[in-house]
Amino acid sequence: MAQEQPTATLELRGKRYTVPANIPIREAIRRAGLSPEAVLPVRDGELIPDDERLRPGETIRLIAVISGGDA
Amino acid sequence: MRKCRKCGAPAVIYMRQHRLALCKEHFLEWFVEQTARTIKRYRMFTPKDRVLVAVSGGKDSLTLWDVLWRLGYQADGLYIGLGIDGGIQYSDQSRALSEQFAQERGLRLLVVDIPETYGVSIPELARRSRRGKGKPCAVCGLVKRHEMNRIAHDLGYNVLATGHNLDDEAAVLFGNVLQWQMGYLVRQGPVLPEAPGLARKVKPLVRFYERETAAYALLRGIPYIYDECPYAEGATSMVHKELLNRLEEERPGAKLQFYVNFLKAKEEGWFRQPEPPALHRCEVCGQPTTAPGLCAFCRTLRRAGIDPAQVYVTLPKPEATEPAASVADRAEGAAASSTPVQLAEEDTEP
Ligand code: SF4
Ligand SMILES: [Zn+2]
Ligand SMILES: [Zn+2]
Repeated sequence: MAQEQPTATLELRGKRYTVPANIPIREAIRRAGLSPEAVLPVRDGELIPDDERLRPGETIRLIAVISGGDA
Repeated sequence: MRKCRKCGAPAVIYMRQHRLALCKEHFLEWFVEQTARTIKRYRMFTPKDRVLVAVSGGKDSLTLWDVLWRLGYQADGLYIGLGIDGGIQYSDQSRALSEQFAQERGLRLLVVDIPETYGVSIPELARRSRRGKGKPCAVCGLVKRHEMNRIAHDLGYNVLATGHNLDDEAAVLFGNVLQWQMGYLVRQGPVLPEAPGLARKVKPLVRFYERETAAYALLRGIPYIYDECPYAEGATSMVHKELLNRLEEERPGAKLQFYVNFLKAKEEGWFRQPEPPALHRCEVCGQPTTAPGLCAFCRTLRRAGIDPAQVYVTLPKPEATEPAASVADRAEGAAASSTPVQLAEEDTEP
């Protein structure tokens, strides 16, 4: 009997990604096809380490940190 | 939950390459201390030097300026307006953020607007001179270097500081190694010594990952331009950064080792220039150049149909926002810090 997996949401530059909850944020970022090195996770307006686990139903905002060109 | 290594409070960041988790207060303190250490380690400058910080409105340059200010160095800012819009008013926004930052701290910001000074925006100059294969980045870098050198020279700054972080430097190193660009490899490093007519160039943030400079700006509450320059996407340096980050995911510390071990090898004398090229003075602007005649900047202007000799005699002086009378508290934002930030004045040379 298949059970509903709890999920959480990652949000980067206005795009939302649904990922499984209860796994480390880092892992979830990777499963969303993003690079954990290129973002910082924010929970309720506070930076948090990316090895923290995702809580079911929560939304984590990701801040992009890579800048390019010769700037 | 990760705990701060120093105080046991909940951590805001975990840096896998150092196996180090820190709370907000201790991260900010660590960041400033590490910068001070890098400045000394590579003998970048002392409180006696006049430092000009290249400020773009982005997280790295504003972070750098903030840290130098908190450390008590004499550091003015230089903002170069590139005339890039890209539908997001990129240049206008980044200038406004730089000015706001300077005003809040009572710092002096010099502004050079390229379209006002030379009559063309960077993208237009790139198009008209047909350089850079459709991307303005090569011309942009050339113009920024030339203008930084010019302002530093004309206004008597002996050190030019830029906010390059480890990801930037590792990406450049990767590119240089892929092509075995020995000339560039010899010159790449955290310090480029002064030469006649040229200020020393330093990069005090070279030991930080990009996510750490971003974390510093966020935790200090520094508003910075979050949007990319519209031309950054697809730039070679971005491709290299992504590749290195893939490696870093598998092997924490890979980026750090790649760059730091290169510097070590250089210190041990593995990268030496057989014979440094003779420098000439550009006939128009006077800046040092490797070939006799005009420098690359003046040649680019000429290719775009602008007579460099003409513009050079009538160059307007850069505008400066004078420091306000009231100066914000340097320690603000790190207010809860139990150990005060070490001031540069207290530093003793080894
Ligand atoms: S991305 Fe290119 S054009 Fe934009 S600021 Fe950087 S170097 Fe200049
Ligand atoms: Zn702490
Ligand atoms: Zn010249």
